[in-house]
Amino acid sequence: MLSIKDNEITGNKQTGIDLTCYSTEDDGYDYVNDLSCIDEADSEEFARVGLETDDSLRSGTFIQKDNSIVHCQKMTKGVEIKGMASAVKEFPWLEKYMWSLITPEKDEFTRSVNNSLLQGLFIRVEKGVKPEKPLQACFNIAKNGFSQNVHNIIIAEENSEIHIIAGCSTSDHVQSGLHIGLSEFFVKKGATLKYTMIHDWGENICVRPRTAVHVEEGGVFVSNYISLKPVGSLESNPVTILEKNATANFNSVLVAGKDSYMDVGSIVELNGPGARAEIISRAIAAGGTIISRGHIKGNVKGVKGHLECKGLILKDGLLHAIPELSGCTPGVEMSHEAAVGKIDKREIEYLMARGLDENEAVSTIVRGFLNVEIDGLPPELAATIDRAVKETEQDMM
Amino acid sequence: MLIIEELKVEVGGKEILQDVNLHVPPGETHILFGPNGSGKTTLMMTIMGFSEYSVTRGKIIFKGVDVTYMPVHERARLGIGIMFQRPPTINGLSSRHMVEICAGDRKVDIDKLSDQLQFKGFLERDVNSNLSGGEIKRSELLQLAAQQPDMLLLDEPGSGVDLESIAILGDTINSLLNRGVQKQPSCQKAIIDEKPKSALVITHTGHILDYITADRGQVLYHGQLRCSRNAREILKWIREYGYEECVGCSV
Repeated sequence: MLSIKDNEITGNKQTGIDLTCYSTEDDGYDYVNDLSCIDEADSEEFARVGLETDDSLRSGTFIQKDNSIVHCQKMTKGVEIKGMASAVKEFPWLEKYMWSLITPEKDEFTRSVNNSLLQGLFIRVEKGVKPEKPLQACFNIAKNGFSQNVHNIIIAEENSEIHIIAGCSTSDHVQSGLHIGLSEFFVKKGATLKYTMIHDWGENICVRPRTAVHVEEGGVFVSNYISLKPVGSLESNPVTILEKNATANFNSVLVAGKDSYMDVGSIVELNGPGARAEIISRAIAAGGTIISRGHIKGNVKGVKGHLECKGLILKDGLLHAIPELSGCTPGVEMSHEAAVGKIDKREIEYLMARGLDENEAVSTIVRGFLNVEIDGLPPELAATIDRAVKETEQDMM
Repeated sequence: MLIIEELKVEVGGKEILQDVNLHVPPGETHILFGPNGSGKTTLMMTIMGFSEYSVTRGKIIFKGVDVTYMPVHERARLGIGIMFQRPPTINGLSSRHMVEICAGDRKVDIDKLSDQLQFKGFLERDVNSNLSGGEIKRSELLQLAAQQPDMLLLDEPGSGVDLESIAILGDTINSLLNRGVQKQPSCQKAIIDEKPKSALVITHTGHILDYITADRGQVLYHGQLRCSRNAREILKWIREYGYEECVGCSV
């Protein structure tokens, strides 16, 4: 396990990932026309990260396995969902969005994406369009030693409203792999974008998302991030910029099992008056390491921010909460609470006095701890998450 | 129902209870009086079996079973139920779910019960999160109503509660104990005989005595039970002369 010193607050721990160890050549997979006809093993893996195979419940679906788009279907007007390569051909204006929020020179991972063949997800919801059902996307690593490099662009045009569910997984047989997901989100004036992401990687998988979000006046961005299963090394510190009266909420639920390493947390720039942000995270170390960050920056007057970072250490491991607030002008209102510890004995005995044995009491508390209220989750997805929490709970005890 | 013999209890290495003997027969409600720090709460927490309270001597026998070193949940399953004075909040666990936990295999109409306790608006909230004193009492009684214990341990059920709420609490406690005028038994005795429920109630002020029926009162003073007689009479004495005078007669 890494010690804190190795990755100290620089936010860019590269844990010696040697990009040349991974291949970007995939074996090619057949396109599947009908979502219900997807290979059974794949289908199970995808379902674990929230993919719904009944496409009547979704406004559109995109699935990328290694470098192949194996399914892409839109079900609603006013919405585009497709691979980046074809999107760039179809919409030349897309070029001006690419790399507008993140510079390719940020680090070796962004450079690697910039030098790779263009892959990834493009979503655009037209002005005023509010599809009732969510869009869904799934990225899967199926080949051993594969480096999946993607560049995603998500655009919610003015006054549109959409929920996107994204799941990332690795096939069971994969021993090692790398996922570099570069994502740029554009939430235009008055638009609402909810983004729920579920990760189920693997013990030796390295994951380097590089994300930036721009929310225009009055826009709303909600991010729900759930990673309960082991991951070799994950480092994700998305940056969100909020303009006047824009709002952002970040909820994350993290469990670091044995030897997992996670460095997760949002940076939010409150750049317009009336901008508000809330970051809530729940982290459990059960044999692994979690660096749980959060940084809210009040750059102008009349902004609000709150950061809540709670951690439980169930087994050995490291839980390092780094909540940060910075303000550079009077008239900013920001607060944080952070707590790291073990389960309170009083809570356990309270439940025991109601008839639960000690194990049942502990798992009830853990399940409650992870039960961050996530608004507007489709019921089947809520059930998936609930199931995953229960499974994880068994591994943790 | 409950017999306590020569009980000695330490908390954090400090002796709190010295030599407590207590007998609560089936169907009886006993009131525990005593000044602050006399060990009333300690006695209750020890009966429930919380880890902070270590028994260094003596026995606790419940329904004929020696429960002195039994884990908390086994005591609960055997029929001991406690009302907490300051219960912890459990984040992410709704009150409704908590009541379901208390009900175990019993069929319980949670909505109806919480209606009676005027607690319905709080069911979906995290258990004990941001509740007032009175709301906590109602929450605790709701849980006990689902748990249906045979021996109720009530720590200050009436403290910090307004008059209207205390009446609701009293009614609920009575129905938990199969007592009170709202029951319509052909014969009160028959009901008690059929399913005897007992209670041990801590009270400071005695207000709760206007709403529930006390069969006997006991005074705990400096870690010892010093007096045992009619509860209202004890209360009168304490009000008139104070604890020290009151227990003076037993020395």
